[in-house]
Amino acid sequence: MSLNAYILISLLLFVIGFIGVLLRKNTLVIYMCLELMLLASTLALVAFSRFNGTLDGSVFVFFILTIAAAEVAVGLAIIVALFRKRHTVQVEELSALKN
Amino acid sequence: MVVNKNPVNGAMFLLLSLVGMAGLFVMLDAALLAFVLLLVYAGAVVALFLFIIMLLDTRPESLKPFKKLSILASTVGGALLLLGVYSLSHRVMLSSAAPVGPAPTLKNYAEQLFTTYLLPVQVVGFMLLIAMLGVIVLSKKFAPVEDAK
Repeated sequence: MSLNAYILISLLLFVIGFIGVLLRKNTLVIYMCLELMLLASTLALVAFSRFNGTLDGSVFVFFILTIAAAEVAVGLAIIVALFRKRHTVQVEELSALKN
Repeated sequence: MVVNKNPVNGAMFLLLSLVGMAGLFVMLDAALLAFVLLLVYAGAVVALFLFIIMLLDTRPESLKPFKKLSILASTVGGALLLLGVYSLSHRVMLSSAAPVGPAPTLKNYAEQLFTTYLLPVQVVGFMLLIAMLGVIVLSKKFAPVEDAK
């Protein structure tokens, strides 16, 4: 596969995640879509670093994966705390900052 | 994932795309990353997502009320991104050659990780610790303020 194909796949995944973040209302699904976007950028990074013959991109991807895992844990804890307080995870009902 | 009513199905599709991504990583000679991806993401993160979905017991939502504004925004955003990559792949010549250089073996990888990137590795470890502490604090049940006095 050429570099173009990898970039196209990565872009497609990114767009799917992007659309999901904008359209969905369940916080958990939005979070999963964010993960998808992160993965897409990861794929682009690995592809570029491989086709450039360097290793730096892969090392960065390693860091990205680590931080993203930590972020998932924290984010899910926040969502659980939110659910405890407001008894909902739907974005449209969480409008305390609106006015 | 995006158009599925049930969040559990969404998590399953996320798992599917993760496995596909790991396959792509293997094709890019990054077997170690594929392994980490499968272990950390497919193993832990999706399980965590499923656990939280079950814990919160969210009912499947009706998908009907997509707001017009967000549909418009997502269409425009997606079109812009696609346009960008289209122009990139037609104007600028991305190298269509085969990958150059030696394949990133585990040895090269570890060498990079523990020489050039030693400080980031330590910072990342510290951040994991902070995240763990933060999650513990967040998921603790707080006593009411009156009792704390």
